[in-house]
Amino acid sequence: MSSTADAAPAATHQHGHDHDHADHPQGTLKSYTIGFVLSVILTAIPFWLVMSGALPTQITAITIIGFAVAQILVHMICFLHMNMKSEGGWSMMALLFTLILVVIALSGSLWVMYHLNTNMMPGHDMSQMP
Amino acid sequence: MSDTALTTPQGAPLFHLADEHEHAEGGSTALGFWIYLMSDCLIFAILFATFGVLGGSYAAGPSPKDLFDLPLVALNTSMLLLSSITYGFAMLAMQRGRTGQVQAWLAVTALFGLAFLSIELYEFAHMIHEGATPQRSAFLSSFFTLVGTHGLHVTFGLIWLVTLMVQVKKRGLIAANQRRLSCLSMFWHFLDVIWIGVFTFVYLMGMLR
Repeated sequence: MSSTADAAPAATHQHGHDHDHADHPQGTLKSYTIGFVLSVILTAIPFWLVMSGALPTQITAITIIGFAVAQILVHMICFLHMNMKSEGGWSMMALLFTLILVVIALSGSLWVMYHLNTNMMPGHDMSQMP
Repeated sequence: MSDTALTTPQGAPLFHLADEHEHAEGGSTALGFWIYLMSDCLIFAILFATFGVLGGSYAAGPSPKDLFDLPLVALNTSMLLLSSITYGFAMLAMQRGRTGQVQAWLAVTALFGLAFLSIELYEFAHMIHEGATPQRSAFLSSFFTLVGTHGLHVTFGLIWLVTLMVQVKKRGLIAANQRRLSCLSMFWHFLDVIWIGVFTFVYLMGMLR
């Protein structure tokens, strides 16, 4: 970082700021507050569900995953200011591409390793395999 | 088609527009940093997948129910969440150009971050003291790798945060520092997003196993 760039006159900085204002959405007090309140609610309920054991295990598991997904969306929108327009849509493109890779890596690993585990169990009778 | 091809006045083919518009310095930093965060996201996806596969292999050792203290995890989660909102306040102060407020909110964020790390290290020390070391079982190896990698990210975020506080103190809220603060903002909020996955899939789901 050259010192001349850092000491650039305020006028040029102001121009650059106005230029990319639409590209870099900035948070407002409202968006941060809404995000924080929603996050507290979406965190407290799963903890309460697990600590109290109010619901059957299976239903609790599905519910807390639902709350996690909702809270990740809240963070993305309220804290990371994601939208379809930032950086001309390329942020969203990178995010969608990453999500596809994440889903493939996670579901693929769990699926393959689960079946490997099941089929490699000691005493497994291979003649029963189709 | 050849009628519309770009040529110079001398008739030679033109491969790029000579008058490409000026890009402001750092104009592409936000997108570049976002792509770095996405690659970091893939690292965590792999660690989550590893934990998903090995999380039930206790090797007759301690299970999540024996080890995890949910009230402590809830306290840890609230520390990280509070640090997220205080960093948001620092960004709001930055937009208004209030250097003093930015420094104050950054300091509060650093304290919450430090509290998070301290609680996590206390939890790790407690587990290791009870014999639940990373070598004990596949579950514990994958647990320490996943949660430890997140903790390491928070540590580096803290070092970065203190560095930026010194930068802002020395040079004020210049454009370069605003850009750096925006990048750290993305990094810090991203770590909070990863923590949502950690407390849900590692701690809460672990207690349900």
